[in-house]
Amino acid sequence: MSLTQKIIFTLNGKPVQADAQVTASALELLRGAFELGGTKLACGEGECGACTIIVDGRSRNSCLLPAVDLDGREVLTVEGLWSEDGIDPVQQAFIDEGAIQCGFCTPGMIMQTKYLLSKNPRMTPEEIERGLEGNVCRCTGYKKIISAVAAASAVAAE
Amino acid sequence: MLPQNKRPPDIGEYVAASSVDAAIDALADGQGTALAGGTDLWAQKDSGNGRLRQRLVNISRVSELCGIAEVAGKIRIGALTTISEILESPLLNEKVPLLPQMANRFAAPQIRNAATIGGNIANASPAADAVLPLIGLGTSVELRSKRETRFLPLSGFFKGPGNTQMTADELITAIEFETPPGNFHGVFCKSGPRPALEISMVAMCLTGLLEGGKLSNPRLVFGAVGPTPICCEKTEAMIDGKTISDDLIASALDLMATEIAPIDDFRASKWYRTQMARTFLEAELIACR
Repeated sequence: MSLTQKIIFTLNGKPVQADAQVTASALELLRGAFELGGTKLACGEGECGACTIIVDGRSRNSCLLPAVDLDGREVLTVEGLWSEDGIDPVQQAFIDEGAIQCGFCTPGMIMQTKYLLSKNPRMTPEEIERGLEGNVCRCTGYKKIISAVAAASAVAAE
Repeated sequence: MLPQNKRPPDIGEYVAASSVDAAIDALADGQGTALAGGTDLWAQKDSGNGRLRQRLVNISRVSELCGIAEVAGKIRIGALTTISEILESPLLNEKVPLLPQMANRFAAPQIRNAATIGGNIANASPAADAVLPLIGLGTSVELRSKRETRFLPLSGFFKGPGNTQMTADELITAIEFETPPGNFHGVFCKSGPRPALEISMVAMCLTGLLEGGKLSNPRLVFGAVGPTPICCEKTEAMIDGKTISDDLIASALDLMATEIAPIDDFRASKWYRTQMARTFLEAELIACR
């Protein structure tokens, strides 16, 4: 039996607690104990961005983040973008621009976009491309993804 | 979730350190591993050749290890400072743009948000990017343990891949270097298969004091062309304060090629690495003229 540690953190706006395995990643905890399947496992080594979440305002690869390190932190996953007003404007922009093919990279792309817009709501095309460098789309649908982020940026800048 | 051939390590104890004193207490018997951003440690964790000892000491909340400050002519960067914080630091962008320039070529945003400067040093990868400009700046590493606090020059810190002068009970707490003067010149070059998330096939940092087309007190450091970052001291002596003529450049390139020790591996061939090292140095010496 591997060692566990009790942690308390804020997950999508709500206080939660968990017994996290010390060797587990945040990704494993979110997808396992919390049944939040929006955050995806693809490469598992920080190369693809499919597992991107926002922790204390910074985007992180949850596959490389120890679950126990979430203790005391504020965590936002793609599931947390939903509000009573409906889906997030970034999600709407991805739908409007048809920026989704197989969809596996989409939650990570959207979470990274949320992070980029929080730092800079008015991004240039180059800033968008550089900002998404850590997110890979295996369908190679980058053009529409970049259009979607540009559209979301235009909304955010209003 | 893990593939069959991967096995998580045995960790017997977990300590979330709240201060440097608590962290060095937990590391004192040499049985602990300090965890910060996790980008190297967690990526290596299940590979079978990870370096986790039986006690995991999480230092990521130790606020004493954070921050970038200039005090008495020296710039001090806490070990937990992330690459993003280096990229965004107003102080570094004003006084040491070489470091944000390196940070801009380091991995990708999500990794930069996690990876720490102390971790990039402690992990001792031969291809560590942040280490090169820090050596070029004459950086000292502050190491603390229950026994003592000591400073070591970063240029002599590395012994081999994953191997440094640090002992198992020590923690990197900060790095320090003198604030560079106005005529300081520093460039960082890196080559890899794509612009982002590349592990350097060759990286170079050239620094010095640039006056009238002459570079004095130069530091020339290469990454990924040897088991550790390689300081080309003979080449430095050859170009120190000299007019950078075509002949000097040709001689410097040949001498540099004898100081580096590239290998053939899956990332690049020895031939390619040597040619790229020559290309970087030639371009940056020309740029000094």
